[in-house]
Amino acid sequence: MPSVSEIMDNLDYGPSVEDSGAVRDWLKQRGPFGHFIGGTFAKPGETFTVRDPATGDLLAEVSQGTAADVAAAVKAARKAQRGWAGLSGSERARYLYAIARHVQKRERFLSVLETLDNGKPIRESRDIDVPLVARHFYHHAGWAELRDAEFPGHQPLGVCGQIIPWNFPLLMLAWKIAPALAAGNSVVLKPAEYTPLTALAFAEICRDVGLPAGVVNIVSGDGATGAALVAADVDKIAFTGSTEVGRGIARTLAGTKVKLTLELGGKSPFVVMEDADLDAAVEGVVDSIWFNQGQVCCAGSRILVAEAVAPRFGALLTARMARMRMGQPLDKSTDVGAIVDPIQKARIIDICAQATDAGAELVGGQPGEGCFIAPGYLRNIGPANPGMVQEIFGPIATLSTFRAADEAVELANNTRYGLAASVWSESAAVATDIAARIKAGVVWINCANLFDAGAPFGGYRESGFGREGGFVGMLDYLAPPAPKPAKITTPTAPVPAPGAGNAQDGIDRTAKLYIGGAQKRPDGGQSYAVPGGLAPFGNRKDIRNAVEAAGKAAPKWGAMGGHARAQVLYFLAENLSQRRDALVARTSRAEADAAIARAFHYAAWADKFDGRNVQTKTGHLVNVVPEPYGIVGITCPNEAPLAGLMSLVMPAIAMGNVVVAIASQDDPMPALDLYQILDTSDVPGGVVNIVTGPRDELAKTLAAHDDVVAMWHAGDAESLQTVETAAGGNLKPVWPVTPRDWTAADAQGRMMLDHAVQWKTIWLPYGALPAGAGGAAY
Amino acid sequence: MASLRRNPGTALTPEWFADIRINAPAVERRAATLPARRSLKKEWQAAWLLNAIRCIDLTTLAGDDTEARVVRLCAKARHPIAPEIAEALGVEGLTTGAVCVYPTMVAAAKRALGNSGIPVASVATGFPAGLMPLDLRLAEIRYAVDQGADEIDIVITRAHVLMGEWAALYDEISAMREACGAARLKAILATGDLKSLTNVAKASHVAMQAGADWIKTSTGKEGVNATLPVSLVMVRAIRDYVAQTGQRVGFKPAGGLRTAKDALNWQVMMNEELGQDWLSPDLFRIGASSLLGDIERQLSHHVTGRYAAAHRQAIA
Repeated sequence: MPSVSEIMDNLDYGPSVEDSGAVRDWLKQRGPFGHFIGGTFAKPGETFTVRDPATGDLLAEVSQGTAADVAAAVKAARKAQRGWAGLSGSERARYLYAIARHVQKRERFLSVLETLDNGKPIRESRDIDVPLVARHFYHHAGWAELRDAEFPGHQPLGVCGQIIPWNFPLLMLAWKIAPALAAGNSVVLKPAEYTPLTALAFAEICRDVGLPAGVVNIVSGDGATGAALVAADVDKIAFTGSTEVGRGIARTLAGTKVKLTLELGGKSPFVVMEDADLDAAVEGVVDSIWFNQGQVCCAGSRILVAEAVAPRFGALLTARMARMRMGQPLDKSTDVGAIVDPIQKARIIDICAQATDAGAELVGGQPGEGCFIAPGYLRNIGPANPGMVQEIFGPIATLSTFRAADEAVELANNTRYGLAASVWSESAAVATDIAARIKAGVVWINCANLFDAGAPFGGYRESGFGREGGFVGMLDYLAPPAPKPAKITTPTAPVPAPGAGNAQDGIDRTAKLYIGGAQKRPDGGQSYAVPGGLAPFGNRKDIRNAVEAAGKAAPKWGAMGGHARAQVLYFLAENLSQRRDALVARTSRAEADAAIARAFHYAAWADKFDGRNVQTKTGHLVNVVPEPYGIVGITCPNEAPLAGLMSLVMPAIAMGNVVVAIASQDDPMPALDLYQILDTSDVPGGVVNIVTGPRDELAKTLAAHDDVVAMWHAGDAESLQTVETAAGGNLKPVWPVTPRDWTAADAQGRMMLDHAVQWKTIWLPYGALPAGAGGAAY
Repeated sequence: MASLRRNPGTALTPEWFADIRINAPAVERRAATLPARRSLKKEWQAAWLLNAIRCIDLTTLAGDDTEARVVRLCAKARHPIAPEIAEALGVEGLTTGAVCVYPTMVAAAKRALGNSGIPVASVATGFPAGLMPLDLRLAEIRYAVDQGADEIDIVITRAHVLMGEWAALYDEISAMREACGAARLKAILATGDLKSLTNVAKASHVAMQAGADWIKTSTGKEGVNATLPVSLVMVRAIRDYVAQTGQRVGFKPAGGLRTAKDALNWQVMMNEELGQDWLSPDLFRIGASSLLGDIERQLSHHVTGRYAAAHRQAIA
């Protein structure tokens, strides 16, 4: 060891290694680990090894969960769930609160264990992961207490299967378990194969706080265990992980009515405008892609910089990168720890090689001995380069430039993902506008990778669906009040008839499709016989045309604002009322009145389904705003041809979506009657598109269309499976619309709107003066 | 003394700072995580604390200062830690970076410090408010220099910053720099009065362009004195000035650094943001009075394994 005076000459930092003795003793004493099922640790089964990625040392032997283990865990969860849900909110809250307290009491232990298992720097597990875990349980203790008041009539889903990744093992566990338990569900959680240890330590906490047996079950294992859990008798699967695995899960669950939420990959843009605080933005990069070795699904991995400031930004970034310390994760002065596994390291190196082969230049980013890769970035890189397309999931960003705000947004959105974004600008006008235009579930203005239990987190596009955190996150673990059960009818097979047109009252009336605000002949030039005459027999090309027309209408309709949309819908309601007699004649009094009621009802909602300003950290204005999906595909109920269509189309367009609706197959004429009313009511062309014909074929094409962002499907289980399978292509959420009496009063309301929006969380830290200067707080 | 680093300054160049953007919450995030990102333990901690002592401008700036008080301060500056502790740590000849006093105390300080080589810094220019006619402020500088001051800690006219009168600020500091002659100039920005971090950044640039050898946060008399966020903004301004001119400028946080942990945090910031050269007393000073006592206590604990009582240490 150098002497004090020697150190004074060179002033280096020296070692500062967190003691891991207690954790190693625990591992020795407790291992090999069995699953935690029904409140006790089972005897270990066949085991696999868990290693410290920084050293390769063996940490523990952990059991590989079999289908039988999963089944036992689900059974235990099922048995416990009724009793758990039967507790009062206050009682459930006490358990969640106790868990939060116990996490805090063991914060050192849990941080060290997490760092050993995952390789992340102890600073991060100590200052970020574990405090957020405690915060999550505290926050959700509150939701348990308030569930019945804040979510009246809602019920827990039952048993939730939860599969979590290895990048934030304990934090992802908290994100999954806390809301599930608060809502009254029981869970079976499978931690990642690389990092199961903090989940097992958490199981001990559950036991120690006296959580009723079976409410939380932990089954360790690899992908096969996860697949067994997906296939098990659960009511919901919540998955965080890769987009490919998520897509597989969505396909497996197609048609099963098991609820699904997915939090998947990302290639999030990090947009630096020319008026940004560049030093702040550079630190933002440190907090993004150089945080957790870049193994962060929401990391701002695509840095986009205004050309005007690109040279200075690049210089600052390179200088800052040189100050990053890569080293032993347990050392308190380490910024960059170990990649979780040699396989992941190889994958990162491989993608970087692909990127450089395609012409990019890698700055830094050199692999070290063992599971280490230095921070770096790829420059001279274009949108087609594999390094800019693929999620690298390592400490390597891409750096490219844009000319102005429009190009920044275009580049930012040029991705199949939509998890997060970071925007840097000292202009509130600029930053909030860019935040609105970027398609992502979380936008951080002048910050990056901030998380809080009260701030919903989740993706757009192929980054998944569902939210974790806050009020919105709770909704994903609750079922709204169920409507009275109703029968659904399977459509009769349509028979295409030659020719088009039919005489009615002596005058021939040509029934057409409604696309882009105009009546269009079906592409196939065929019709089929329906009550009241012949209806157009639409095909895949008609769907394609309808989606294209909807896409043209979407930006303006989405951006015109709730007040303007309300006026259109009120006008529509007015015109429907005027034609009531004709509508009654075509359908029934109940249907006509329901159709009119829907227009009035959602006109009322159009400017009132508001977001929330949520409390997270002080000094942060965090807004959670509902945004339209864009193009929503709707398979309308076969029964109630008018009321069913209106009950679904109205809430969708009220929220700013544009719609391609497949009318009732057996009785489409009432939908056709709407064309002229829509035309005369100033509903812009393309906002509502109606296609008639063979429902299931059309629905399959619609669900598979990559420009369709969400799909609502009212149909039988078989057609639902087809639709959900097709929807897996771009991972659009599918709402399996519950059959109901579409003329009933409860066929309208807020619960429909929950399906019509996706939530965007926008973080905006504020401060004219340094903190401590006092002042107002949002 | 001839080889001392000086900053010659530049012509007033507003384009170096006119477009500067400072995001206060981001500065605070960085300032909050900086100390958490680096850890100093055992021998390393002792070494960095000793280095902090080398950088302290041991200060007394009170209305009741007397010559005897200043003599006592100077004695502490010459022997900042107890000899047995210094011996145990293996360090010899350790002194503080300077002593800092009012102009009327300079002569006493010079006498007390003798041939120790410890510079005497004097505040001047109507410290702490600076609201005196410019000729009187310049006369005060010349008086202090005449008394033997090696360094002059001037205060700026805050109104120039608050009103965006950069040329007036530049001219004022340039005149003070000239009045200093061979004495080196520290420009106190009184950041607590400037309020916004953007003001702090701009004032830092003007002071450097006008030839300040150090820029300094505070008089110690403002409502808010040295904080890490304000310091971060100032050291980044130094970094940019160095990049523009090649001239190195020092930094002096003052007021508010009271604990050994503070001393470590500020040094970590200097090292991470500017590099190791800015850990030397030539480029880094800490204006403090009670800080030394806490550092001494920590060093004593390092050597003896016991927590020290204040009454067992010599006071300044």
